[in-house]
Amino acid sequence: MLTVDIQLHQPYGVNSRLDLQARFDLRPGDCLGVMGASGSGKTTLVHAIAGLLSPSAGLIRSEEQVWFDAKQGIQLPPWQRSVGLVFQDGRLFPHMTVEQNLRYGMPEAEGQITLMEVVNVLEIGTLLQRKPGQLSGGERQRVAIGRALLRQPVVLMMDEPLSGVDDHLKQQVLPYIKQVIASFGLPTLYVSHVREEVAEIANEVWVLAQGVLRQPV
Amino acid sequence: MWALSPAELAVVLLSLKVAACCVLVLLLPAIAMAWLLARKQFWGYAVLDALVHLPMVLPPVVLGYMLLIMLGRRGWVGSWLYEQFHLQLTFHWWGAVIASAVMAFPLMVRAIRQALLQVNPLLEQAAQTLGASPVRTFFTITLPLSYHGVLTGGILAFSRSLGEFGATITFAGNLEGETRTLPLAIYSLTQSPEGDAAALRLVILSVLVSVAALLISQWLERRLLRSQR
Repeated sequence: MLTVDIQLHQPYGVNSRLDLQARFDLRPGDCLGVMGASGSGKTTLVHAIAGLLSPSAGLIRSEEQVWFDAKQGIQLPPWQRSVGLVFQDGRLFPHMTVEQNLRYGMPEAEGQITLMEVVNVLEIGTLLQRKPGQLSGGERQRVAIGRALLRQPVVLMMDEPLSGVDDHLKQQVLPYIKQVIASFGLPTLYVSHVREEVAEIANEVWVLAQGVLRQPV
Repeated sequence: MWALSPAELAVVLLSLKVAACCVLVLLLPAIAMAWLLARKQFWGYAVLDALVHLPMVLPPVVLGYMLLIMLGRRGWVGSWLYEQFHLQLTFHWWGAVIASAVMAFPLMVRAIRQALLQVNPLLEQAAQTLGASPVRTFFTITLPLSYHGVLTGGILAFSRSLGEFGATITFAGNLEGETRTLPLAIYSLTQSPEGDAAALRLVILSVLVSVAALLISQWLERRLLRSQR
């Protein structure tokens, strides 16, 4: 289970600042959808959990491991947090093949999620020897999801994974995302500004507005 | 007219050896310095940046003289090297390597730094979320995506070393068979009345070696970019 209870204050743009407050628990099988307008702090929240940003106060804990605790001064770096993060733009490594990308975050000891399983669920077996530059937008996002899964994370986070693909591709990739969440049962945080998309994927949708993440009444 | 004498051949081989060693000696420090300047902001950044680029604006003879003061037999570091290891850099081909390395350092740093700046830092961030430490991220993501800059920097350093004259003659001397590289040999030949034909041969050879280095670098760069697509 992932427990998040953080406050974050940081400059945003030229003259503004972002104040963010988020408190939630994610259990195995949960898929929490976070919806919010552009600039509401969705990516900031994801980055804070992944360790790419430091919250100002609060606590982030995964099972018994504390990732962040402002009071005790604990702040694990991103590479020590067991997070599978799918970025908006995929961020595949352009000099590696799809297979090398998939294997990049795999621990040495074989984990519960295998390469074969991921390749089958996401149907990317024919792409393994290609370079990211030879993939379509939808294929790239499927590979990015596979790469995040093979990290064997305790939590999967997807930050607007479909915002860079057109509607047609979106309809192609959505079933894969649902399939991944159903097959692997990882606690998942799905972030998007599109209400329908979040509603289709998540089993609970919260809204991030005015800097506070809330469950709609 | 066109056949090289054994002495001329030795000059060419010495120049190639000095240039190759110059690139090898510079590789690690240039990559480290380029990374520091491309990725970090710290107190004294502007001063360090200026120091790195100093050899580009200082007359080579001045640098050669500074090297002599520091690394010469009676220099601050040179005397210590001699006492401890019996190592003398002046009048030794390693002196020529050091002199050309100092001159070529900013060129190599600039090329690598430029390439590092083109690497998307978001890819490094992605690697870290996949469990890669900063060191692993550097060697698996940052550096491979900057290879073209390392290659360009290496070729620039190689070419600069082949053409290096002022710092080498001041610091390492003009010792036949030891520190007399191509430019020094051409200079020495132009000082003697019978040396014109030999000087011309070496000039042509210098041009050929430099053109070959550039062509090889362009070919390697094309291959590298193709392999990354």
